[in-house]
Amino acid sequence: MREFDIIVVGGGHAGIEAACAASNMGCSVGFITMDKLAMGRMSCNPAIGGTAKGHLVREIDALGGMMGIIADRTGIQFRMLNKSKGPAVWSPRCQSDRKLYSEEAYSVVSNTKNLEIVEASVVDIIAEGKKVKGVITATGEQIQCSALVLSSGTFLNGLMHTGLNSVRGGRFGENPAIGITQSLINMGFESGRLKTGTPPRLKKNTINWNILEEQPGDEIPQPFSYQTDINNFPHLPQMSCYITYTDETVHKVLEKGFDESPMFTGRIKGVGPRYCPSIEDKIVRFADKNKHQLFLEPEGLDSDQIYLNGFSTSLPAEIQIEALHKIKGLEEVEMVRPGYAVEYDFFPPSQVDLTLETKLIEGLYFAGQINGTSGYEEAAAQGIVAGINAALKIQGKPEFVLKRSEAYIGVLIDDLVTKSTYEPYRMFTSRAEHRLLLRQDNADRRLMKYGHQFGLIDDKLIEKLSTREDIITKSVKLFENMKLHARNINPFLESKGSSGIDSAETISKLCKRPELTLKEIIGLNGTEQNPVVSSLIADEKALEQVEIELKYEGYIKRQFDMVDRLERYEATKIPLTFDFLTMKALSTEGREKLNKIKPRSIGQASRISGVTPSDISILLVYLKN
Amino acid sequence: MTSKSEPVKLDTSRRDELPEDTIVALATPPGIGAISVIRISGQKSFESTDKIFFGKSKIINASSHTIHYGKVSGDGINFIDDVLVSVYRAPNSYTGEDSVEISTHGSPLISKKIIELLLNTDVRMAEPGEFTKRAFLNNRIDLAQAEAVADVINSRTEASLKGARNQLDGVLSNKVHEMRSSLINASSFVELGLDFAEEDIEFINSNELDKRILNIKTEIDKLLSTYSFGKVIRDGVNVALVGQPNVGKSSILNYILKESRAIVSKIPGTTRDVIREEVSIDGILFRLFDTAGIRFSEEEIEKEGILRSRQTIKDSDVVIFIYDVEQKIDTELLNEIYTLISKDKVIVALNKIDILPNTMLKADVYISALTGAGMKELFKKLKAQTFGNSVYSEKTAIVSNLRHYNCLTKANEYLNNARESISNKLSGEFISVDLRNAENSLGEIIGEVTTDDILNNIFMKFCIGK
Repeated sequence: MREFDIIVVGGGHAGIEAACAASNMGCSVGFITMDKLAMGRMSCNPAIGGTAKGHLVREIDALGGMMGIIADRTGIQFRMLNKSKGPAVWSPRCQSDRKLYSEEAYSVVSNTKNLEIVEASVVDIIAEGKKVKGVITATGEQIQCSALVLSSGTFLNGLMHTGLNSVRGGRFGENPAIGITQSLINMGFESGRLKTGTPPRLKKNTINWNILEEQPGDEIPQPFSYQTDINNFPHLPQMSCYITYTDETVHKVLEKGFDESPMFTGRIKGVGPRYCPSIEDKIVRFADKNKHQLFLEPEGLDSDQIYLNGFSTSLPAEIQIEALHKIKGLEEVEMVRPGYAVEYDFFPPSQVDLTLETKLIEGLYFAGQINGTSGYEEAAAQGIVAGINAALKIQGKPEFVLKRSEAYIGVLIDDLVTKSTYEPYRMFTSRAEHRLLLRQDNADRRLMKYGHQFGLIDDKLIEKLSTREDIITKSVKLFENMKLHARNINPFLESKGSSGIDSAETISKLCKRPELTLKEIIGLNGTEQNPVVSSLIADEKALEQVEIELKYEGYIKRQFDMVDRLERYEATKIPLTFDFLTMKALSTEGREKLNKIKPRSIGQASRISGVTPSDISILLVYLKN
Repeated sequence: MTSKSEPVKLDTSRRDELPEDTIVALATPPGIGAISVIRISGQKSFESTDKIFFGKSKIINASSHTIHYGKVSGDGINFIDDVLVSVYRAPNSYTGEDSVEISTHGSPLISKKIIELLLNTDVRMAEPGEFTKRAFLNNRIDLAQAEAVADVINSRTEASLKGARNQLDGVLSNKVHEMRSSLINASSFVELGLDFAEEDIEFINSNELDKRILNIKTEIDKLLSTYSFGKVIRDGVNVALVGQPNVGKSSILNYILKESRAIVSKIPGTTRDVIREEVSIDGILFRLFDTAGIRFSEEEIEKEGILRSRQTIKDSDVVIFIYDVEQKIDTELLNEIYTLISKDKVIVALNKIDILPNTMLKADVYISALTGAGMKELFKKLKAQTFGNSVYSEKTAIVSNLRHYNCLTKANEYLNNARESISNKLSGEFISVDLRNAENSLGEIIGEVTTDDILNNIFMKFCIGK
């Protein structure tokens, strides 16, 4: 009988991170996937990152995850979104070569030591006395483990819809996973149903590209990963996306298909995401809008397919093609594959703990869409946390939970566990109350120490970071005192349209002027002789950090103050054994919710909807004793 | 992260609430019993007790767990009752703080009067359950008792919630809801621009955003300006009647009492005391103080009275200065009043115009306590003094609660910050910091604080989704 420390079920983005993290931490890992060539397959759009999602990728990378590395090697367009806004919302995004991404993922996984890829379909989970023991595959094989990470994506009882036709499957051309849901329900888990959708794929050479608006990548592309060698980046030739729009004629055609829509006729029971609605949803919900933007995204360097982002649909195929032909540039397009909606089982995430271990079965972890999230990045973020925690548990080490003030990953998991979700959950920067602190540019400063602590980040990287930290600290301190004199700086200020100074001003104060950059200021005569300044000029990344810290000092300080204020609630821990049900003084709703979610801190408890401030006072009373 | 490395160093000694105020309440059930016990707790317990307690020695010097006999008096002259004072020094008291228990004869009037005297020192009325809560915070009670506290907190919150609901069913709640949703609306535009960078959404430009914020700010300012009025509704208005002897202060007082027909209470006092009456005029509580002279006197007893009169004037919201047609205005006295209270709070009333209707003497109102002439005008002036020029109807949202007032003030500050960020041309995420804080401050008033509101608003109103 085969036996591993940890089994990971599902070879998607969550599974890859969980499997790699756990095996790199020294655990033996059995990585079960139905099709090893489908590893890391991008089921939806061929892109990684985007607003808030790009932050997640940077954080995964700082913890020693794989997503950023794979995306850097297989990206065919890199853009930093939101460049016109402040640094906290800059978000890296790339278009990926779908085929290469999957191949690269397979290569990364198969080169990981302690890890064995097992091609199989899991039909049952074995648990003894509320502790996980292993899985049974479709061939009847029993594989044992001490911890199990379930990252089965959209495959649990997956059902794909195009018009009124529905086919069982987790992804186009792939079988669903049957059995796991029932197995979990038998253990006492509660399941739900969600829906997501994907647009049609188009044949590249049937599109009239000449009349479409081009959207190229950044002139100087930036990688996701701290480990990517900037001198050898990007690896692949770069491509553009193109933009087109629907109009009222297109909408009219689509409306014809509404009575055969699995959504509107009630065939689809699952709840879909409001932020990523199907085109038919958009027409109905936003009836006053007479056009919708669409993006034509390349599927890869050699691919003859184009992904029509913004046109997710489950209408009948003939309606899809008819509507496509009314769209500018797509008049003669050939549809390679129609769009479809997929329904799948998920397990409302209030059933897992902040470590992603289920509250019901010890050693069982859920990661990714099974927890109700949508998106590769959200899945990968949970994957790495589940993998690390599974390994820590086996090694008898303290668990790993990121705070909301530390990482988007912390926000993501806290939201899931504390608020649960009834629609697919996607990350947004607006979900992070400490947004100004959780920037993509400082993910390494926030999180790399943890990756290093778990052995997922090597010494070299952490040493580089600590040298940089040293430069940053010294520079910030220096610039708070170092003054520039009017006679030296006023001509420069004038040239920048900035008002002159009377006698002298600190670099720190000057840097706060929006029209000036730190680099320009310290480039003025005299300062570069200072050893701190010269080391700063030599390190672009450190320079960026210092500039942000100085420019937005007031705001950043206020956010830190807020973190401070909230911290005493976060730091007041609630023991796992705490019995909420015996506390008669709690409000009825509060008691039920607390018992269900079993918050780990007063801070978490206060975020549960239905828990009142008086419930919190009462909890504090009990915790004091 | 649960391990050692913490990004932020914290002072863990801080506590949720640090009880600093000294509080007082009747510890025995209200009503007539053999004895009543008044409990005081907090840093100033001894100091405050000494101000009203006249015994052999000062309480502040007394040892813990000792009992002292003496009399209670506001002025050391007129004694209210013989009492026993028990002294408990921190931490060996019920609450764990310095505490005093005053045992009096069991009359509601006596305990009420003693508590009133204490409230004039640095002591405030305790909230229900507050002694027990302090006991808990100071680790003075065990688990079983903690459970009882929890019940108290709960019942108390529910009671106050109910109270809050009653109030919030009203216009204030609607107003705050309204302002908050306009704010969330404005916020949604800001967030949209940040989170849906690739969408073709027309989001708000900074002028428009600033205009919206300014509109909300104007509404908040309006609400804040109602606070003094709201306070009047809640706490009443203190009116001091001042004048030379025999100008008719008492007859004016009596006329008002008769006219208002709604005597709330009459607190007995001697002629040398400040006499206080509570009347309700058009639903507003007026506390009328008939002061003794405030002029220089040789007599020891009168000196005390003068001191008290001066204090009364200082504490008043309005002063009615009275003189009569038979004597010249006492400008010296009037000027003295002006040193105690701002000029615009003084109404000069000329009494006894029935004797000399066509007087050339100057005053704000011309009255006769005998015939009632001009009294309506006096009431009108009183109300105008109280409410200023603002017009309030039942439909006006009014802030009467200090917590609400503070929340609104905070919201206003945040909106100012946000406007500053806009004028400094900062990007949305900086503006958003303050918009959110402002939303939360408004949300605190109506008990709604959730970050999901913005996202829900976005999903409801805008078409997005690359």
